[in-house]
Amino acid sequence: MTTCMTEKFDRLRKVYPEEMTSSLVLPLLQLMQEEKGHLTESDAVFIAEYLDVPKIQVKEALTWYSMLYRQSVGKHVVKVCRNIACSLNGAERVLEHIEKKLGIKAGETTSDEKFTLLTVECLASCGTAPMMQIDDTYYENLTEDSIDKVLEALS
Amino acid sequence: MSDQRIFMNFDVTADSHNLAAYRDRGGYQAFEKALREQTPDDIQAEVDASGLRGRGGAGFPTGMKWSFVNKQAPVVYLCCNADEGEPGTFKDRWIFEHNPHQLIEGILLASYALRVRHAFVYIRGEFDLPLRRLREALQEAYDANLVGENVLDTDFSSDIIVHRGAGAYVCGEESSLLTSLEGFKAYPRNKPPFPAVKGLYQKPTIINNVETLATVPWIMTHGGAEYAKIGTEWNSGTRIFGISGHVNNPGLFEKEAGYSLKEIIFEDAGGIRGGKSLKAVIPGGSSTPILKADEIDTITLDAENLQKHGSMVGSGGVIVIGEGTCMVRLLQVLTRFYAHESCGQCTPCREGSALMNAIISRIIAGKGRSEDVERLEKTTKGIMGKTVCALGDAAAMPVQSFITKFRDEFDYFVEHGRSINDGRLEI
Repeated sequence: MTTCMTEKFDRLRKVYPEEMTSSLVLPLLQLMQEEKGHLTESDAVFIAEYLDVPKIQVKEALTWYSMLYRQSVGKHVVKVCRNIACSLNGAERVLEHIEKKLGIKAGETTSDEKFTLLTVECLASCGTAPMMQIDDTYYENLTEDSIDKVLEALS
Repeated sequence: MSDQRIFMNFDVTADSHNLAAYRDRGGYQAFEKALREQTPDDIQAEVDASGLRGRGGAGFPTGMKWSFVNKQAPVVYLCCNADEGEPGTFKDRWIFEHNPHQLIEGILLASYALRVRHAFVYIRGEFDLPLRRLREALQEAYDANLVGENVLDTDFSSDIIVHRGAGAYVCGEESSLLTSLEGFKAYPRNKPPFPAVKGLYQKPTIINNVETLATVPWIMTHGGAEYAKIGTEWNSGTRIFGISGHVNNPGLFEKEAGYSLKEIIFEDAGGIRGGKSLKAVIPGGSSTPILKADEIDTITLDAENLQKHGSMVGSGGVIVIGEGTCMVRLLQVLTRFYAHESCGQCTPCREGSALMNAIISRIIAGKGRSEDVERLEKTTKGIMGKTVCALGDAAAMPVQSFITKFRDEFDYFVEHGRSINDGRLEI
């Protein structure tokens, strides 16, 4: 796995100017998370050693950015926006419906490890609120019916 | 009022975002002309003449920002700020999804004007379709030798590198964006020195919003003077306003700066849902002070007018709130957000945003104390102007304006332990 990962790292490294090694911290963490699902401290150390930057820099980045997961997540991550435009359009209702449907609370993962449910802040879909993002895809103008259809198709 | 459109001037179809379609609309002609016939200073002069102001929120004159860069510096960086995260704002997404080449041409023109070799697009980590559209468009531009080594067989070379964020609102603040791009947790930096003097890796760096950069091709096609004719004297051009909340027809509307707030809510966005009346408007993204319905009659969407009315045009995100909404619970949505997004560097913002959220949450739990509203007021004063970046002010301003303008609702909640509006957020 390490060789394969290092090859991918090398490819990404070529995208950035040589003097910008340190800029690769976030892209490499993201790449590793795509491969592994979530990240641990030893992953941060691995990246720090590969880039020859201080370990604390990568560890801090890992704990600071909300899109980097330090716990295992389900096969699908359901992120429900709860910011202002979505709240005005029923974000609480949407969240409650999904919690009932999946049988978990926000922040939890279903026992079959299929879904992790998270609440997130504004994802720039205010004109099409309420919305959720599952993995990468945005689902907008949500209704109870449309939520059911999407979740059923994924389970 | 001019109905000139700089962005939404074509029909969106399945392939209107690709290179061929953009070229059919006259795309990249301004850039080719600049490379072959104009000097970098010619571009600077047109942008100066246009009066263009930054579209990210602060509204700083773009030409002036560019002029701070030392033209003799061996390395200058350009960063396109695409970390669109101000609640209520969803315009940059449209540019990526439907007109990415206009942004790329803007980045190229700015790169040529500022003698930039490497430009970066710092894009929100959550963006999916916008990212894919940007990458496809960049690939097309590289293949057509519009980007890369010796662009169009000239001695101008340029690379545009896409850098994804990872979910931090503060990274939309320009110095925080640079810290993030350097691979650290993204604490903002003290200014001065401004990024144009010492920015990315201590090199002169210009950071411009997506909409700002994507305006430059139009300016170079039609001239800065022509652009300055659109809008108001101090706020030239058009803006893409995003209308959200309790309106019948939410969405994006490109309008001349100085367009009537009332008209955009009641005509363009179709008025308040269910025939209800308007209660309040947040005019420029969640950080800008809220306005009551009876204040908006003479408001136009430009910086001077909104400033006169104690608010800001910000990022152009107009959030509309209908009668019957509980302002206490609505404010909690915002205090929770700012408490979550405070980066942790400055004590007033870190502790203050958490304290404000705790007080409001306590009021909502029915355990408000008589001194709570005063404590909120005092806390905002302890934050504003006392932090490295503007996030502290952004957290404090909504609290200040909500408790001032809807004081009776807060007092009622504290006294009775419940909302005067049944805690409604939807109407």
